[in-house]
Amino acid sequence: MTKEITVTINGEEHTHEVESRTLLVHFIREIAELTGTHIGCDTSSCGACTILIDGKSAKSCTILAVQVNGKNVTTVEGLATTEGVHPIQEGFKENHGLHCGFCTSGMMMRCVELLENNPNPTEEEIRWGISGNLCRCTGYNNIVKAVQYAGAKLRGDELPSTEPVFVE
Amino acid sequence: MIPANFDYHAPSTLDEAFKLLSELGDEAKILAGGHSLIPMMKLRFAEPEHLVDLGGIPGLNTVSMENGSLHIGAMVKEAELEHNAEVTSKFPIFTDAAKLIADPQVRNFGTLGGNLAHGDAANDQPAVMLALGASVEITNAEEKRTVDINDFFYGFYMTAIQEGEILTNISIPVPAGKFGNAYSKIERKVGDYATGGVAVALELDDSGVCTRAGIGLTNVNPTPMRAERSEAALVGKVIDAAAIAEAAQMASEDCNPSDDLRGDSDYKRRVIRSLTKKMIAKALERAQA
Repeated sequence: MTKEITVTINGEEHTHEVESRTLLVHFIREIAELTGTHIGCDTSSCGACTILIDGKSAKSCTILAVQVNGKNVTTVEGLATTEGVHPIQEGFKENHGLHCGFCTSGMMMRCVELLENNPNPTEEEIRWGISGNLCRCTGYNNIVKAVQYAGAKLRGDELPSTEPVFVE
Repeated sequence: MIPANFDYHAPSTLDEAFKLLSELGDEAKILAGGHSLIPMMKLRFAEPEHLVDLGGIPGLNTVSMENGSLHIGAMVKEAELEHNAEVTSKFPIFTDAAKLIADPQVRNFGTLGGNLAHGDAANDQPAVMLALGASVEITNAEEKRTVDINDFFYGFYMTAIQEGEILTNISIPVPAGKFGNAYSKIERKVGDYATGGVAVALELDDSGVCTRAGIGLTNVNPTPMRAERSEAALVGKVIDAAAIAEAAQMASEDCNPSDDLRGDSDYKRRVIRSLTKKMIAKALERAQA
């Protein structure tokens, strides 16, 4: 019932004997000890456990660790480099795209793929793009702004205003 | 939530997979994308002793358009169909459906083959396949057979796939003349199963007369169902508002929805009537474009 697998997480190989039933999110959090990936609903609804597998966003609570044997996983810990934070992280920081932060790592991982597939998404495309990620604090508006900011930064365009928008 | 113990097998060829399936018998379940099966295993609704993962088998994830048909490998991901311009230019119904199937992360891993083989009338693709007149290729260690989609769904979680067999390919005829297709569903929130869903595919001759109509309904019957009376009400006519209203009324009468948290059966019949109207109009508009 156990199997030895090697998963590359953020460029580092992790080889471990795991039970077949070990979920990828537990492999990441408990075996690789990278706790930036969160477990929210544990039913593939909330998206807090979103990571990238070979560049594609996935809910790691609904994937078995053995299924990603030999594959490349990127978690939120893999976003920043020695150069600094990733544009999506800067976008969330500058636009207050988070309050409690629980959904944030999954939200950012999803948005990394979203911007890769669609570098200049409309507001509607962003909202559909994050439809598998729940945030119970922000009301999503600042998350949308964060993604627009990150998109502009990645494209090298002028950065949008980070001033809060007040509705009269 | 963690599934019950099981043994995991990752064959690298179809032959290896058939060998495993024959050795393990009915203790084994086939794993495609896993986005229906793994949630069921976590809730212990399913406790297979062995999983045979098709993920490492080459050749099951190709999409091609040849000999008048669109061929989709069973392991092609929902997202790959959604983003394949060659497919969606002829079958915008895949764009319609994909947007309503779960969410982007699930569509990155959920497969068309798994969606059908799961045999759940609440899934969206079965109705789409019924409307398009698809057929599925089922393979075992000795041979391949082709099953018309109308003969594929047996009952709740039950399909024509027998022990030792694997669904390997889905074929959809590409009509030669004018054709259009569309899908929509009512859902309580993004990612929910349909309260009701309707897939429509129409073919028209040069004078605008409907020569084929396919209408599939989601989650309003124990198995995915075709609205056959509605289809017959459209064929042979230049489709107008009266024909659309008649077909929609028939679909609402012929479906068999159950009362549940998504609504009572009367409400669901109204949902089906309204969606059938809209989807016939949309498919017609696309056929005429």
